[in-house]
Amino acid sequence: MSTALPFAQTETRSNYLNVDYGWKSWLFTTDHKRIALLYLFSITAFFFVGGAFAVGMRLNLLTPEGLFAHDTYNKLFTMHGIIMVFFFLVPSIPATLGNFLVPIMIGARDLAFPRINLLSWYLYIIGGVIALTAVVQGGVDTGWTFYAPFSSTYSNTHVILTAIGVFVSGFSSILTGLNFIVTIHTMRAPGMTWGRLPLFVWGHYATSLIQVLGTPVIAITLVLLGLERILHAGIFDPAVGGDPVLFQHLFWFYSHPAVYIMILPGMAVISEIIACFSRKSIFGYTFVAISSIAIAVLGFLVWGHHLFVAGQSMYASMVFSFLSFLVAIPSAIKVFNWTATMYKGSVSYETPMLYAFGFIGLFTIGGLTGLFLATMAIDVHVTDTYFVIAHFHYVMVGGMVMAYLGGIHFWFPKISGRMYPEGWAKFAALIVFVGFNLTFFPQFILGYQGMPRRYAHYPPEFQVLNVMSTAGASILAVGYLIPMIYLAWAWRNGPKAPQNPWNAKGLEWEQSPTPPPTFNFDHQPVVTEPAYNYSGEEQEVELGRQ
Amino acid sequence: MSHQVVPVKVYAAVFGALLALTITTVAVSKLDLGEYNFIAAMTIAVIKATLVVMFFMDVRHATSMTKLFVGAGLFWMTILLVFVLSDYLSRGWLPGLRWL
Amino acid sequence: MADSEATVAVHEPDLRHHFDDSAQQLDSSTLGMWVFLVTEVMFFGGMFGAYTVYRNMYPDAFASTSHFMNVTIGAINTGVLICSSFTMVLAVRSAQLGQKKAIIAFLVLTLILGCVFLSLKYVEYHEKWVDHHIPGPSFQYQDPRYVHQAQILFFLYFAMTGMHAIHMIVGAGLLTTLIVMAARNRFSSAWYTPVEMIGLYWHFVDIVWIFLFPLLYLIGHTK
Repeated sequence: MSTALPFAQTETRSNYLNVDYGWKSWLFTTDHKRIALLYLFSITAFFFVGGAFAVGMRLNLLTPEGLFAHDTYNKLFTMHGIIMVFFFLVPSIPATLGNFLVPIMIGARDLAFPRINLLSWYLYIIGGVIALTAVVQGGVDTGWTFYAPFSSTYSNTHVILTAIGVFVSGFSSILTGLNFIVTIHTMRAPGMTWGRLPLFVWGHYATSLIQVLGTPVIAITLVLLGLERILHAGIFDPAVGGDPVLFQHLFWFYSHPAVYIMILPGMAVISEIIACFSRKSIFGYTFVAISSIAIAVLGFLVWGHHLFVAGQSMYASMVFSFLSFLVAIPSAIKVFNWTATMYKGSVSYETPMLYAFGFIGLFTIGGLTGLFLATMAIDVHVTDTYFVIAHFHYVMVGGMVMAYLGGIHFWFPKISGRMYPEGWAKFAALIVFVGFNLTFFPQFILGYQGMPRRYAHYPPEFQVLNVMSTAGASILAVGYLIPMIYLAWAWRNGPKAPQNPWNAKGLEWEQSPTPPPTFNFDHQPVVTEPAYNYSGEEQEVELGRQ
Repeated sequence: MSHQVVPVKVYAAVFGALLALTITTVAVSKLDLGEYNFIAAMTIAVIKATLVVMFFMDVRHATSMTKLFVGAGLFWMTILLVFVLSDYLSRGWLPGLRWL
Repeated sequence: MADSEATVAVHEPDLRHHFDDSAQQLDSSTLGMWVFLVTEVMFFGGMFGAYTVYRNMYPDAFASTSHFMNVTIGAINTGVLICSSFTMVLAVRSAQLGQKKAIIAFLVLTLILGCVFLSLKYVEYHEKWVDHHIPGPSFQYQDPRYVHQAQILFFLYFAMTGMHAIHMIVGAGLLTTLIVMAARNRFSSAWYTPVEMIGLYWHFVDIVWIFLFPLLYLIGHTK
């Protein structure tokens, strides 16, 4: 039973956007939807800052002898990594789409702790400003991985300032995760059992578990690093009895699960998009839900695969290698299930679905190359080469960023009350796909042929592929800029969106107005049907009930 | 709120036990038991912590979800300790390569 | 819906609008505090991990440092914290029973005991300063075999007890807030959630010390 709302809400209707005006109503809001937009704006800004560093890197790599001084290049790749990982990828989908949609999808009026939600955004901004201050002061050159003893003893860049920025933004992440966990446990609407939750919510629940369990460890690691930099007691310095590998253990204990923080929300978005544009319930709902939890749990057991050549014991490495193979299984299950969902579904090719197709293909390539890297015998040859870089950009950019764009397009009508221009959107999606592959596929070949990462210069035989990669990057940049323009345009001038432009199932489409009022619903939803009940509706139509 | 009120006697008994265990752990540390010093100290610490969690933090009356989260937190810290330590303990097991 | 919300709001003034009823609100607060404590377990866990690795690597160096740990102060501090946990749980119990004066009395006792702990900690830190055992340029160690390893232990000692002390200071601030709230009649047997939640936090900080004490002060046989 779905209480479909009347078509075409007019602008006189009060919603979360027009209920109040002025900067105070935004900066002191506790409405999860407004906080989501605050995040969307700031995260997009950081994306382009991180992108700017990438532009600098790719320009440098056009020629074998490079453009910048070595130290400058070190700073470029470090800042690119830090900003992209900590200030874009980790918060992205959870803080924007998650914040906006999780309460609505479970039938709640807000998150469990709205003020903590706002605090979370402020912590993100403070951490970001501190990190940008470090950039402006001259940056950091340790790599985003801050390996000791270079970071603790020998680097003369702004390590501590950057570490503080990352530390503060880590608390933003922890509080978001805490909020989601409590909300999903205690604030589901009547009838919304765990088994009826949209997979978007399951994905964010699993992500939140990782945020809560993993982030504190990198927090303390950065504290220890900062203290070591000041006191030089030797905790990570081999010259005075310390072990640099210990730093790597503590760093990667968080940073590996962190990549699952990045990808699980992307997978969560893809589940929603594929169900809607195949007009079918996700195949194997239970398996996909449990796989999200499995990825979160297993993801904590594999970090040693970053330490294969660092001096970690052979036996520990073997265990980590085996576990890394295991963690690929739930991801594969999801890919199979999405594919099975499309089989004999009624597939249409709107922009979100195009991004979903891109996700499935590119994530699969990225994931499979992850298995190559998990194989120790291969890893010793391709570690610290462009093969690794291509691998993680396939999953993060080809996977996560495409899912993010797909999700933004899918829920843009719900969030803004307007439709984006479909023609331009499809065009941009195509540009992104072409640009992405041209940028990163050559890097697999470069890495396999032995080009090391984090090098400002390279042997001349690698130039052709590097030029291709830079050309691809320029196309990719265009592909990212086009949506910025038409989405900003559509926010004010796009045609008004109907209540449910995609005819999708889900509380956010069926029972919450477009755009939603401050407390999300006009009437407390009561849930009586499973998630993605597309076939249920079709059956009712066939039997003449509707 | 629907928590049952616990009698002061129970809290006082736990308090007494915690103090007694503290005295015990200091006393045991003065004896030379070799490896068992550490095991004894940790065992006593775990017992003390369990008393605080169960009685002072009232986990014995808490929902299964709370108990699950408490267990998960402890389990995750154990993962960190065990897996990291396993690297250090297994170094040098490979014949011929003392550092791996 | 709006009507029933207004009715509920009148009967339960401490109910925030996004919750359906106070049972849901209490469940959320409790789960939220426990999730936060889990993050704290992992936060301290990182340091316990580093400690475990180095103790395993340098057992003799670590044992030699136990001479310089003030077991008396450490043991007294352990007792002080246990007392403070006792007074804290009695404060929560008083809140359950709506006994305003008892709440304030027990909270004040807890705060005093916390301050005693911090004062004794200061005495200890001062001792370490005098002995040149603070890691950094002024560090000196009596046994030349173990200079570097001992400095690592003392680094971990200060990091772990220092982080613990910071949590105690925050706790002291929270207790002060609770005392003020109790004095202003904010708590009743119907609603005393902050007392309960901060109680959980305080007990957690006590538990951290329960492990720090044997690991840092009681290492090896005191020869």
